[in-house]
Amino acid sequence: MAKAKLMDFDKALELFEPVLGFEVHVELSTKTKMFSDAPNYFGGEPNTNITPVDLGLPGSLPVVNGEAVRYSISLGLALGCSIAESSRFARKNYFYPDLAKNYQISQFDEPIAFGGSVDVELPDGRLFTVPIERAHMEEDAGKLTHVGGATGRIQGAEYSLVDYNRAGVPLVEIVTDIIYGAEADAPELAKAYVSTIRDIVVSLGISEARMERGNLRCDANISLRPRTAPGEPPAKLGTRTETKNVNSLRSVERAIRYEIQRQAQILADGGTITQETRHWHEDTGTTSAGRPKSDADDYRYFPEPDLLPVQPSAELIEELRAALPEPPAARRRRLKQEWGFTDLEFQDVQNAGLLVEVAETVAAGASPQAARKWWSGEISRLANARDAEAASLVSPADVAALVSLIDSGALNDRLARQVLEGVIDGEGTPQEVVDARGLAVVSDDGALIAAIDEALAAQPDVLAKIRDGKVQAAGAVIGAVMKAMKGQADAARVRELVLERAGAS
Amino acid sequence: MSHHEHELIRLSAAALAEKLGSGEVSAVEATRAHLDRIEAVDADVHAFLHTAPELSLAAAAAIDERRANGESLHPLAGVPIAIKDVIVTNDMPTTSGSKILEGWVPPYDATVMTKLRAAGLVPIGKTNMDEFAMGSSTEHSAYGPTHNPWDLERIPGGSGGGSAAAVASFEAPLALGSDTGGSIRQPAHVTGTVGVKPTYGGVSRYGAIALASSFDQIGPVSRTVLDSALLHDIIGGHDPRDSTSLTDEWPSMAEAVRRADVKGLRIGVISQLTGDGFQPGVLERFREALDLLAAAGAEIVDVSLPSLEYAIAAYYLIMPAEASSNLAKFDSVRFGLRVNPPGGGTVEDVMSATREQGFGAEAKRRIILGTYALSAGYYDAYYGSAQKVRTLVQRDFAAAFGQADVLVSPTAPTTAWKLGANLDDPMAMYLNDIATIPANLAGIPGISLPVGLAAEDGLPVGIQFLAPAREDARLYTVGGALERMLEDGWGHPLISRAPDLAPSEMTAAQEGAV
Repeated sequence: MAKAKLMDFDKALELFEPVLGFEVHVELSTKTKMFSDAPNYFGGEPNTNITPVDLGLPGSLPVVNGEAVRYSISLGLALGCSIAESSRFARKNYFYPDLAKNYQISQFDEPIAFGGSVDVELPDGRLFTVPIERAHMEEDAGKLTHVGGATGRIQGAEYSLVDYNRAGVPLVEIVTDIIYGAEADAPELAKAYVSTIRDIVVSLGISEARMERGNLRCDANISLRPRTAPGEPPAKLGTRTETKNVNSLRSVERAIRYEIQRQAQILADGGTITQETRHWHEDTGTTSAGRPKSDADDYRYFPEPDLLPVQPSAELIEELRAALPEPPAARRRRLKQEWGFTDLEFQDVQNAGLLVEVAETVAAGASPQAARKWWSGEISRLANARDAEAASLVSPADVAALVSLIDSGALNDRLARQVLEGVIDGEGTPQEVVDARGLAVVSDDGALIAAIDEALAAQPDVLAKIRDGKVQAAGAVIGAVMKAMKGQADAARVRELVLERAGAS
Repeated sequence: MSHHEHELIRLSAAALAEKLGSGEVSAVEATRAHLDRIEAVDADVHAFLHTAPELSLAAAAAIDERRANGESLHPLAGVPIAIKDVIVTNDMPTTSGSKILEGWVPPYDATVMTKLRAAGLVPIGKTNMDEFAMGSSTEHSAYGPTHNPWDLERIPGGSGGGSAAAVASFEAPLALGSDTGGSIRQPAHVTGTVGVKPTYGGVSRYGAIALASSFDQIGPVSRTVLDSALLHDIIGGHDPRDSTSLTDEWPSMAEAVRRADVKGLRIGVISQLTGDGFQPGVLERFREALDLLAAAGAEIVDVSLPSLEYAIAAYYLIMPAEASSNLAKFDSVRFGLRVNPPGGGTVEDVMSATREQGFGAEAKRRIILGTYALSAGYYDAYYGSAQKVRTLVQRDFAAAFGQADVLVSPTAPTTAWKLGANLDDPMAMYLNDIATIPANLAGIPGISLPVGLAAEDGLPVGIQFLAPAREDARLYTVGGALERMLEDGWGHPLISRAPDLAPSEMTAAQEGAV
């Protein structure tokens, strides 16, 4: 694959206005699937968690999951949408082997929720209102594994395996209206939007919302339109691409930035943009051409005759509206205040997409500052080094447990970092890692005193200085003791003991 | 076949049930008698695609054992029943008349099968049908046509010709059919039997291989109105696995037959279905039946359904549209036939080769029609307009039912035609559904029962009654009353005039009896 030429981002923004649109798929964490009574769980042995309905066996019929409908209504309300008095499922017809019936049951012209908006906070604190066209219910497809061939894609594969365990998992697809005016903030807006959606579904408790597991998936549409001179009418909208496989917040931002630069270069060189899906490659930070897609794609939608229209009562809608959790923007204001963070501290956390993690860590017992310090610091550093999402590395509960071990004096920061790596590498909970690696701080004063006396004896000049009241000279002895203890000592305690043994205190 | 068996197979389900209940006949005897009959005549009739004598006899033996243990059983326990091959059975192959499903044994039972087995009926085999229920003659079965027991050179109707022929030739007293545009009622009409299409949603569709989901309805096939009612009472009712199934509490259809009385009943004759294009002998028997009803105190009125003019066109857009989508799943990936193109190919190539080889001409014709009707740019003109006609037909019926309690027409314009006569003319075949299709468009119930033989060809003629949605019981009341009056007049059931398909049977039986 030839590497695409990219225009400088600022230059691209000078020449073109980016126009955005997002389709976010949210997997609902209902007990059973969208249209069958198979458990809504798709790990495990392939093709074990299926019923005749999920396999589309002849004669089988779908039945709508009421819990999924309620979740979808709640999500629609949280997105500021109107809830349709009557919405309908439709069949989206196309042949693909991961689709058991060769049609997907989705919603087409009568979605359950429509016409909302979401306020999204940009990194500098400005609010941007993203218009929501609709949110509709549908079923997930099975999972294809392409075997043989170089790309792991269906093209060139020797054969493909299908696992229908995921077939029929309930999805809500949230579709934005066309988003104008993002300008140079487009990449950050994209990330902030998806992050906000994630916050909303987590606060509603309707999805696991783990992007790395595909619970939350973003397709990013982007086109560029040439700028026109002031007073002239705006140019026509450009041809769009739809970037798929964007499965982390960081990737959403990078993918948008990449597509702006790639499209701008093609247009500036006199080329045209092909309307197509593009695959995001996390490792190379690039997109590659997928299937050509045109507005003429004909899915032959028609109302699903096996299902009745979904007609939630006004009482149900109001009941779900009353039960809505605090909107994310209000929640952010409250948390900032409760945590006592500075503007900068709070934005750091939020821009890193770690609000949920910090909140859950605090809820698990850690102090807000400690939670912030670990998530924004060491965990983010490790995430960068491993090219992974911080949230995917470690659970808030484990971070809280780590902080608790530090607070109790069982670990110092240096040891805690080692423990963290152990947890991330799958060695167990922080306590299990401490036990297995023998990483506890040496709190046996006897052992420490022996090491201190040895160090003081080896450095008589330092001992003299301490005795003269030059307490800061103790640092050299403390360093030697910590080294002798292989770092597994509480530096504050060592200092106390050094001064005591030197007779300074 | 013994004389005793010869008698057994001619009993109605209700009469057989009485003998089973009294212990005069065992379920095994009854089942074996019908299996022997199938053995004797089905090479000529070809009503069955599959029988499993050991399974059927084992099911019957289990019933006999339960009865011997003093268990309280359903009145119809032990009665054999033939199952249209559109209905999935977890112990017998289910093909829907198509090569693409040849040999497929479903891993699950249709809801109606669960209900039949719970009531103790004995499934005796799977009956032939037009491929995926697409046809009015059973000639579009991938496994060869079924022959009409009244004249083996003629069609038994379709798509459920197998079920109707099985009942007409005494291979089973009961059968299940499915009716998308008349596939229960038109075969009943041409074979001198009874068939009922219940209200849409009255019987679960779960496990019926879909042709057109918004029209399909499973229903009873039998030789008497009471037998259909008894079967209807077993298979009807709400099923949480079928979202379109009604949650109504249903009255007993069998009770509706037993209190049969038409005094004061307003019967609306559909003026569009009693004129041009209807065979004189069909109309003659139809008029006589109306006279009988009037004499019994019914009030005969004329009603008009002006939108019927567009009904066939609308039906032949919506039905293939839904079928084109319903049949997409037959792609070789999960079940059924797989055809690998020479030299291999992509998954699309395999799907394409499988569908090319696995589907017959009529299935392909409807898939193409339906795909076209749903395509962007044509959707509004075809599928959209057809749905509007459907609404108009429903309004016409609503208005007509303001004037009459039930509506009536001949079940089909003609008696059974010769096998092959309409094969090259799909339009002629489609037009034969004119009287049956409107009920499917409107979702209302209909019954066809025999009213005699047409003078010109001596073949059976049926009459169709239609009732408002949820009023299936009215059909049984009027059908039961008419049947009694007709049989009182003839002195015997019409079916007894059908030719004896196995004359040697009696000879052998008499010899055996000696």
